[in-house]
Amino acid sequence: MGSVGAKDVPELLDAHGKRIDGRGLHDLRPLKIEAGVLQRATGSAFVEWGENKVMAAVYGPREVHPRHMQQNTKAVVQCRYNMASFSVDERKRPGLDRRSQEISKVIGEALESVLFVEEFPKTSIGIYIEVLQANAGTRCAGLVAASVALADAGIPMSDLVPAVAVGKIAGKLALDLRKEEDNYGESDVPMALVPRSGRLVLLQMEGHMTRDELKTAMDMGVKGCEKIYEIQKAALRNRYSLGGNGGGEAQ
Amino acid sequence: MKERTIVLPGEELNAGEFQPGPGTYRADGRIYASVAGILSIRAPIVRVIPFSGPYIPQHGDVVIAVVKIIGPTYWLVDVGAPHYAPLHYSGTPWKIEYGECGEYLRPGDAIVVRIEAVDQNQRIGVTMNGDGLGRINGGIIEQISPTKVPRVIGKSGSMIRLLETSTGARMTVGQNGRVWIDGSQSSIYQVRQALQIIDREGQRSGLTDRIKLFLEQSHSA
Repeated sequence: MGSVGAKDVPELLDAHGKRIDGRGLHDLRPLKIEAGVLQRATGSAFVEWGENKVMAAVYGPREVHPRHMQQNTKAVVQCRYNMASFSVDERKRPGLDRRSQEISKVIGEALESVLFVEEFPKTSIGIYIEVLQANAGTRCAGLVAASVALADAGIPMSDLVPAVAVGKIAGKLALDLRKEEDNYGESDVPMALVPRSGRLVLLQMEGHMTRDELKTAMDMGVKGCEKIYEIQKAALRNRYSLGGNGGGEAQ
Repeated sequence: MKERTIVLPGEELNAGEFQPGPGTYRADGRIYASVAGILSIRAPIVRVIPFSGPYIPQHGDVVIAVVKIIGPTYWLVDVGAPHYAPLHYSGTPWKIEYGECGEYLRPGDAIVVRIEAVDQNQRIGVTMNGDGLGRINGGIIEQISPTKVPRVIGKSGSMIRLLETSTGARMTVGQNGRVWIDGSQSSIYQVRQALQIIDREGQRSGLTDRIKLFLEQSHSA
């Protein structure tokens, strides 16, 4: 990211209120989800969200490693978010860093809150999120992918978890920031919710927003999440279509 | 064919007067699905038959296990559940001296066992005493999703019979989704192909017809 002089800042909103990629302030980037893309994992999903490409795989319930993390009354959710070295403009040094540790933690905790972990004591549910191409909003994309992968694995859960970020660009609130907007905008607020109960399971904020703006941003985020939720469900229905005579996929 | 509805986790099942069964949960007086699957309402229980999911051991299940560790009076075997299950030497047809378990079953050996005890922590015990239980010799083991096992067996064993009679192979289906197939190379290959079709398309209707068609085509080929 680095610092840039004010003259280098791209024009995030044009005279007609359109964004760099032509979207309005309340529009999502195109989102495509496919469930069950990997053979070896218990469950999997691939998400293309704008220019983001994210793969999620789920294993388990299985034995806990390392053993001392085992819990006698519930399953532990072990989540790993990782960015491929080729996912960003300049080669990213591979492996865990401060940022991916944080994201692994918040995604794991968000998903643990919807999983029925008490049904699998002394086990571990492994969630692996690989970002193949990043263009802002990968923690949301990862969470969206991981929750579809968990449903594909058949692990009991109370609901799917859609997630989206709302940011502030050129003084206006905008849904689902892309890279330029994230880099040069004023604020970025990713959030995830459980649609059935309306419970928030992830809410972070970078930069500044006023109290009122945050309120509006959350309303926008909830609306965005509802749209994403429908796409997640469609992906799962597509995977398990009940076509009459074999072969046919999408209905 | 009766109407079949797909439900997804978090979907309300509109079945307030029923009891929530497997694959469902109750929250604020309503019943929701907890897994992706097919809705099944049989009074007084509403359940969701899952498309996929882990093997959950149940008392009396006959499963195919693989020996992993030898102890002085027992073996630890992998039944496809999260933890290894102990098989005590009293649960075998042999008379074994203390410390000599390794002379009867070695790590890697496959056995057909029955689940005897399941406790709340899903710790399980298995036995090898009983009809159709014992060590497996020859053949191969194919793994499919445990949720597709009823489709492989078919109505009162019709799918197994169909596969066995038309290929000449012998099969044993474990509730944990492991299938032991024995017979000639070509018959094993055909059964494996058929199992993969069932694993992939088991939730669709007309499965038996498609398997029949597949077997006929592979015979004439």
